[in-house]
Amino acid sequence: MQVKTNILNLPTQEFVHPGTRACTGCGLAIAYRVGLKALGKDTILIVPPSCLTVLQGLFPVASTKLPCLNVTFASTAAAATGILATLKTQGNDHTTVAAWAGDGGTSDIGLQALSGAAERGDNFIYFCYDNEGYMNTGVQRSGTTPIGAVTANTPFKGKQQQKKDVTAIMAAHKLSYVAACSAAYPLDLYDKIKNCLHLPGTKYFHIHIPCPPGWGYDPRYGIKIGRLAVESGYYDLYEIINGEFRLTAASEKLVEKRKLIPVREYFRAQSRFKILTDEQIADIQKQIDEKWAGYYRKNE
Amino acid sequence: MHIIENGNVAAALGVKLCRANVIAAYPITPQTPLTERLSEYVESGEMKAEYIPVESEHSALAVCIAASSAGARTFTATSANGLLYMHEQVQWASGARLPIVMCVVNRAVGAPWNVWNDQQDSISQRDTGWIQIYCSDHQQIIDTVIKAYWLAEKVSIPIMVCYDGYILSHTYMPFDLPDQEKVDAFLPPFKPEYALNPDQPANLNTVTLPDVRTDIHGELAHGYMEIRYLLQEDLRTTITAAAEAEKRFADIFGRVSDPHIEPYRCDDADFVAVGMGSLTYQLRVCVDALRNEGFRVGVMGVRYYRPFPDEAIAQAMKGKQGIIVFEKALSYGYEGALASDLKSALYEHLAGTGSLPAVQNFIAGIGGREIRTEDLTNTFRAALQSRISKEPLWIGLKL
Repeated sequence: MQVKTNILNLPTQEFVHPGTRACTGCGLAIAYRVGLKALGKDTILIVPPSCLTVLQGLFPVASTKLPCLNVTFASTAAAATGILATLKTQGNDHTTVAAWAGDGGTSDIGLQALSGAAERGDNFIYFCYDNEGYMNTGVQRSGTTPIGAVTANTPFKGKQQQKKDVTAIMAAHKLSYVAACSAAYPLDLYDKIKNCLHLPGTKYFHIHIPCPPGWGYDPRYGIKIGRLAVESGYYDLYEIINGEFRLTAASEKLVEKRKLIPVREYFRAQSRFKILTDEQIADIQKQIDEKWAGYYRKNE
Repeated sequence: MHIIENGNVAAALGVKLCRANVIAAYPITPQTPLTERLSEYVESGEMKAEYIPVESEHSALAVCIAASSAGARTFTATSANGLLYMHEQVQWASGARLPIVMCVVNRAVGAPWNVWNDQQDSISQRDTGWIQIYCSDHQQIIDTVIKAYWLAEKVSIPIMVCYDGYILSHTYMPFDLPDQEKVDAFLPPFKPEYALNPDQPANLNTVTLPDVRTDIHGELAHGYMEIRYLLQEDLRTTITAAAEAEKRFADIFGRVSDPHIEPYRCDDADFVAVGMGSLTYQLRVCVDALRNEGFRVGVMGVRYYRPFPDEAIAQAMKGKQGIIVFEKALSYGYEGALASDLKSALYEHLAGTGSLPAVQNFIAGIGGREIRTEDLTNTFRAALQSRISKEPLWIGLKL
């Protein structure tokens, strides 16, 4: 039986101090706060350079109450392996090891180490918080930046290539658990973490993270935009437990409702997609409709 | 107990005797047999440790960095491009003050590809804040690994134990295998000041500002520059700490050696050859030959290269007419790094004393080019007549 957490029974204990260095309206601040609640006190964190390095504060002040090892950009998952190996030699089988890396640190420079750790089956949780670009260095394109997004180094034409599907890559490693989440659905993230803690080997979480300065919207609309991505069927919430795929939360409900918000609304709410033409949006809408027709068929 | 084994096995036996907890490695010639042997010890249960077959050298050191931060005694080994691929992590390990021990089985770096021995790989890591020790035979390899753990953990600085690929790694020599009980007496279990622990949360290697900053209690914490200064200061003090390690080692194992330099027939010598690694033992043969010809010559091996034991070296060179530095690496665009360091030490300690020896630099054995003892002797003899060139000269070049 799946646990369903709501805002009333979500634990009140905080592991992220108020007043972090995150930008106003940062989606990561929400996901991190709720994510650490689910991981709990007996956790060791690993963080490569990313927005999270900034969020966590400047020496000697830290904004999290859990032990954290800051590591080099490409070494996140290997560092998790190192901590796990030590815990094993110390006879410690209870502490959770969790890595939190950005999309560049995961889909680009960190992919080799992540694939290596996943192939070895090292028992830790890897979170990729995906704000769809190198936001910490000033909004450059990454492997997970979507097609059509204007960034600091795709300045006029927008990114010409598809978003890299890291979640599918990780699922291909035949992990015990893979999940796609969103900062706009923190309770879905919370429940998924809780549900996978007991599973063996590497667990992979991909979290869609609205980013006000990188995506170009008023900070107060972060949750709304994150929800538009899901309710338009553009970004799906799901989990794959031992190879079994299922949609979760709002995405699961969309299968019953069979009514997607036009993806145009999602694109037009952000300035990064300003160069997308109506034809391009229609083309993306077609792809979304086809993907969802598949979901509907499966559900029949 | 005396055994006959190759240099890589000598290193592996040293790591086993030191009871390393976490070993991570990626294959690269000529290091591979070392960590293969460790995987045998771990898989057979002969050694209680975690052996991680990682997917790159960058990750090998990443595993050691994280494992050491969590309180484990760690080991890795590499060669050539593997070491270069680690470079970012090499800097990280010393900046984070982690007592990792790594064997560098010296090999030429690409391009072009070459798997044979020179020392360009470890020399290119000279400025990374690690202690670098060079070995000349198998006894030194196993003993140095054991001493390295003691020293690294005492000063919280990582150590590279360097030895020549093939010449030492793949050749067999007799050496004394230290007793486990004695090693345990020499090297207590690793107890770091802080290890990652949910009961005492700390954020390690956080972004640190150019200037000092107060913590939440109003106490001043180091800025980046203070942290880096302390690494330099502590590295310099390891010159003394290395002597302490030698003394402790000699007391327990009965083998006495100079921690920094290894002079051979230098006392009355007018000219001294200087080098690092197995080449210095080959130069002993040249010295004996030249002594028979009536030349007063000696050879000094530099064992401890970083931090540079400038004072010990300068004092040993005092009163000499000339120094001939033989190197298997080079700071491209200038000269051998050891020659530069040596000249700097001489200038610092002997300038104005009226006894500043001339220094001639030779580059030899690059990419495994055979160094024939006869050629080495002839070169040595020619350099005794006068300083041949300001530029480093390459021995055996066929151009």
